[in-house]
Amino acid sequence: MEASVLHFFEWLWGPYWSTLWAWFKPVWPLIWVIMKIVAILVPLLLGVAYMTYAERKILGFMHVRIGPNRVGPLGLLQPIADGLKLFFKEVILPTKADPALYFMAPALAMAPAVAVWAVVPFFDGVVLANLDAGVLFLLAVSSLGVYGVIIAGWASNSKYPFLGSIRSAAQMVSYEVAMGLALVCVLMVSNSLNLTDIVHAQGRGIFADWGVGALSWNWLPLWPVFLVYLISGVAETNRAPFDVVEGESEIVAGHMVEYSGMAFAMFFLAEYANMILVAAMVTVFFLGGWLSPVGFLPDGLPWMLAKMSLMLFLFLWLRATFPRYRYDQIMRLGWKVFVPVCLIWIPVVGVWMMSPFNIWE
Amino acid sequence: MGARDLIQTFFLGELRQGLSVTLRYLFSPKITIQYPEEKTPISPRFRGLHALRRYPNGEERCIACKLCEAVCPAMAITIESAEREDGSRRTTRYDIDLTKCIFCGFCEEACPVDAIVESHVIEYHGETRGDLHYTKQMLLANGERYEADIAEARALDARYR
Repeated sequence: MEASVLHFFEWLWGPYWSTLWAWFKPVWPLIWVIMKIVAILVPLLLGVAYMTYAERKILGFMHVRIGPNRVGPLGLLQPIADGLKLFFKEVILPTKADPALYFMAPALAMAPAVAVWAVVPFFDGVVLANLDAGVLFLLAVSSLGVYGVIIAGWASNSKYPFLGSIRSAAQMVSYEVAMGLALVCVLMVSNSLNLTDIVHAQGRGIFADWGVGALSWNWLPLWPVFLVYLISGVAETNRAPFDVVEGESEIVAGHMVEYSGMAFAMFFLAEYANMILVAAMVTVFFLGGWLSPVGFLPDGLPWMLAKMSLMLFLFLWLRATFPRYRYDQIMRLGWKVFVPVCLIWIPVVGVWMMSPFNIWE
Repeated sequence: MGARDLIQTFFLGELRQGLSVTLRYLFSPKITIQYPEEKTPISPRFRGLHALRRYPNGEERCIACKLCEAVCPAMAITIESAEREDGSRRTTRYDIDLTKCIFCGFCEEACPVDAIVESHVIEYHGETRGDLHYTKQMLLANGERYEADIAEARALDARYR
C-alpha cells in the first residue's frame, strides 16, 4: 500500500517529484505513519458523530417517535449542527476548580479512547501497529481512560461530579477484572496476544471446514465468557444499564456536570469512541473480526464493519430496553457473578484443550 | 438455582424477552405528530384565545353584566361600563390579562349573550408582558377575525348546551 501511495504522489507532482522526494525522504516514515493515523481517526470521529445520530434515531424509533429529522434530509446533518453548537459555546471554569487538572481531564479521557485504535486490526495486515502484545497494550491503555473521569470529578470541586467519579472508579476497575479474566480464555484458545493472530485462530475448526465459519468463532465454544466480556464492555463504557456514573436522575451527569462547550464534547467523544472500540474488540475476540461467516463469501473489511455495527446497535438496544442497575447490584454482578464465571470457565477450557476433544488445534 | 434456571440465565432468557419488546416497537408505525405541518384535531369545546363577538348587524353582544368578571377565578378580567348615547349599557373597558388567565372557560359559560368566547386559536405570543394584556379593541378584533370558526364551534356544540 505504501508503494502505491508513493506512486500516486509521483503522478501528482510529475516533474517536481524527484526534487520533492529528495527533501522528504528522511521524514517519509513519519509522514506515512501520520497518514495512517489520519486514515483511522477521521472515519472514527465521523463514526462517533453519527453514532450520536444513530442513538437518537434508534432510541426514538423504539419509543415510537421519529427522532431528529429537521436538520438536513432525515436529520442527517444533526451531528454537524450539534458539533458546531458545542464548538462555539463558552467553556466555563468553576471558581473553585483546579484549572490545570480541570482542562487536562477531557484530554485524558479522549487520548486513551483514540490511542487504543493503534492495535485494532481492520483486515489482514491493515493495522497501525501489529504488536505481538496487542492485548496487553489494549488492556493497559483502555484502563487509563478512567483517569479522565476521576480527575474531572476531582478537579471540578463539586459534589455530583465527585460522586460520579467515585462511582466510575469503582465500576471501571471492577469490570476490568472480569474483562481481563474473560480475555484469558480467548488467549488460551488462540495461543497468542496478537490481535491479528487471534482473528486467524478463529478461522480454523470443523465448522470452518464445513463452510460455516460463524460457528467456529470464539463466541460459541466460549459462550459464558463471551457474555461476560460483552456485558463488562457495556459496563466499562458506562453505558446504560450501567450508567450510574452519569445517572441523570441521581447525579445529573456525574463527572460532566461542570463542563460545557468543547470540554464537554470531548467527554462525549471519548464515551462514543470507547463504545465503538468495545464493539471492535468484541468483534475481534469473539466474532471472528473480518472473517466471513460462510465459506462461499470472501473475508473482508465489510464483515468487520457489519459486526461492529451489530454490536453498536445492541448497545443502543440495551439502552432502550433496560432500567438502570442499582449501584450495589452492579458491584455484585461484577464481583460475585462475572469473576466466578470466568474463573470456572478458564479451567474448563484448560481441561477441554488437554482432552482428545480439543477443537483448537 | 436449578439446572433450568441456570440455562435460562446463561442464555439470557428474561433479557431476550425484554429486548424482543423493544425490537417490536422499533418497527411499529410512529405516532409523532410533526407539529407545524401536522396538527391533532381540536374539539369544538377547545378553549384558546379569547374573543368578543358581535351580532350579525354589527352591534356588540356584551351588555356589561360583569358576570364573567365575577366568575373569573384568576381575576383576569377587568370591566368598566357606562351608559351609551342611546341609553343602553355598554363596556368602556374590557381587559383580559392572559398572563393571569387559566383558560377554564367559566367566562364563556357565565355569559348570558355569548359575547365573550374562547376560540381555537393557540398560535399567538407576546414579546413583552404587556403584549398579553388584551384590551376591548383587541378582543373585538379577534371576534371579527375568527367569527366563522367560533360560530361553527358553537353550532357543533349547541346540542349539548
